[in-house]
Amino acid sequence: MAERVEQTPASEPPQATAEQFTLRLRRYDPHSGDAPYWEEHAIELAPHRSVLEGILQARDRFDGSIAIRCSCRQGICGSCGVRINGEPALACHTHLDVAARAASDGIIEVEPMGNMPVIKDLIVDMDAVHWTKIRRVTPWLLAKQPVPEREYLVPRESMVDITQTMACIQCGACVSDCLSMEVDPGFIGPAALAKAYRFVGDPRDAQQYERLLDLAQDPHGLFDCTHCFNCVQACPKDVNPMGQIMRLRRIATSDHHIVDRNNGERHEAAFTGLVRSYGLNHEAELLPRSYGGNSWFAKFRPAAAKETLSSLPVIIKALLRRKISPRIAIFGHRLRSADLKAVQAIYDRVERRETRFELNLFISGDEEPASAPQRAAESEHAGHAGSGGQPPSPNGAGGDEGSGQ
Amino acid sequence: MKVAYWPGCVSRGFTPELHGSMAKVAPLLDIELVELDRACCTGAGVIAEHNQELADTLNARTFALAQQVEGAELMMNICSTCQGAQSECQQRLDANSEYRAHVNEALAAEGLSYEKGLTNKNFLWLLVEEIGLERLRSLVLRPLHDLKVGPFYGCYIVRPRDRLGIDDAHPRDQYLHMVIEALGGNVIDYAGMRKCCGFPIITMNKEISLRQAGRHLGDAVDAQADCLVTPCPLCHLNLDLQQPLAERVVGRELEMPVLHLPQLVGLALGLGTDELGLGRHVVRPTSVIDWSTSVVGAAAA
Repeated sequence: MAERVEQTPASEPPQATAEQFTLRLRRYDPHSGDAPYWEEHAIELAPHRSVLEGILQARDRFDGSIAIRCSCRQGICGSCGVRINGEPALACHTHLDVAARAASDGIIEVEPMGNMPVIKDLIVDMDAVHWTKIRRVTPWLLAKQPVPEREYLVPRESMVDITQTMACIQCGACVSDCLSMEVDPGFIGPAALAKAYRFVGDPRDAQQYERLLDLAQDPHGLFDCTHCFNCVQACPKDVNPMGQIMRLRRIATSDHHIVDRNNGERHEAAFTGLVRSYGLNHEAELLPRSYGGNSWFAKFRPAAAKETLSSLPVIIKALLRRKISPRIAIFGHRLRSADLKAVQAIYDRVERRETRFELNLFISGDEEPASAPQRAAESEHAGHAGSGGQPPSPNGAGGDEGSGQ
Repeated sequence: MKVAYWPGCVSRGFTPELHGSMAKVAPLLDIELVELDRACCTGAGVIAEHNQELADTLNARTFALAQQVEGAELMMNICSTCQGAQSECQQRLDANSEYRAHVNEALAAEGLSYEKGLTNKNFLWLLVEEIGLERLRSLVLRPLHDLKVGPFYGCYIVRPRDRLGIDDAHPRDQYLHMVIEALGGNVIDYAGMRKCCGFPIITMNKEISLRQAGRHLGDAVDAQADCLVTPCPLCHLNLDLQQPLAERVVGRELEMPVLHLPQLVGLALGLGTDELGLGRHVVRPTSVIDWSTSVVGAAAA
């Protein structure tokens, strides 16, 4: 669409010719007692028009019973989340020509989002899953007391930090394709955890610790995310839910030292500690330390011993097959002394800082050639990058893992 | 071609057959591996979760070491998770010169410095983009005819697409399909091929982790795959090493062999199953070994 606009003077809107596209819609009415089925409709619209417009045309022309939820039709309200050719998307934000090119057989396949029950056709029950989980994270400010007579005064950077999560339009695309929720419907999920960061990162909130403790101790909470990046890929607004989850974990473990019952903190401490000690990962030590704590003696603690015992059949098989050598299992592998010292010097240098040094989300991007807004953002936050080994960035000024598109 | 080679930790720890098979396959593809034996763990996303700057600095050191390898065209890894973790750090480092300079200060004591713009490719990407499918096809001595192979990509090498350079010109999320076909095998599509193996939460929520692995393996069984192939040793741990436990969680027999990518390539290029360490897997790749033995026998006759 952009090319057409560029080639046409602003005063003369482009007159794109309508083309024929075929939609394959997944139809389902749970009350009918019939199984879901696919139905194809040929629609005619200009290629730059949206899949949503195509569906609405099919409804108007061929079958008034086709159900889809929509409102703003311009990517703001988040109502028309669906799966297009198997990928989560906003129907109003996906061009017909792009969708047709991405389709394996040229037919644009539209189905309801996943991980949520279908109410009818392309409409899923957001209340049963998405909104229930959003409510789970107490999605409102628990204000510090006393509440000032006028506004709270907070550092500008701290509010910039949470703007990424505030961009969420609650469309449910990340929930639809969360691979943890697929096997564990109890998982709080990417949208709700991103929303949790909205308040954990807010300096006006009085209960950062309590919120994090609650999320960390939940067996379906903070440490149930598998790092699959599906939510990062799915989000039409670059909220980067997985990145927000990692920030929640970082603040819970590093700032509040919350030792959760799900081994989240222990695993992180064990992994980071083993790389510090060996330069490389020591898999045989990682498992017991994740259960028993970051120490060589962890393996003798009840939780670790129980876990080792339950994995014994697998361990024995791996040893017999020479997949794991006893030498590697006992001693691990490590870098040569000089390199290990260099790695440990990096640990010392970085970890002795009083505050963590993290890039603000607006800094990440292409350095050259930088777009004008990006340049402005960079210069605005240039102080965060710092120099001379004394980075002035405040803790929590933003991490960008998973985003930086 | 000469590459600065990052094997990762697990390929030298719990999946030694991966490191070994890569060493056997490389000369057949004219790849000279210069191992980065001074480099440390990428952090697998966990160190970045703990401290972003720490992960970035440790990986910048690895990148700087790679850039010191004389004559190396690029850096190559054999671990999807390493690729993902390194790409994430590299994106931050490349995006901001001030930050890069700040990180490089920590490397100065060793006389190292990372210069923006390192090319870092997983073996899978290198196969398709540097060696090329035509050349790979021409090197095949033992086509994988009749072998039904399910690709298992792992998350870190397919998402997020922008960071990993996946676009129409570089459909890297299709490369396993293309390589299997180039080696003469039959690609088996199944639901879980680009989903998570569950490994990252194996210590946090073991049952859910194994349910993920078991479900994908079960999907592959239902699609009648003979074996899976993966470019990620961490996926291999959950799909192969943990498969007996995953069977218990999903309540069905799976017996699905899982090959490392260099093993599959090595089989087609004529290497023996022992050379490729296929006997070291927890789930013996019987279907693959029987198949390869019979084909070798037929070829010799």
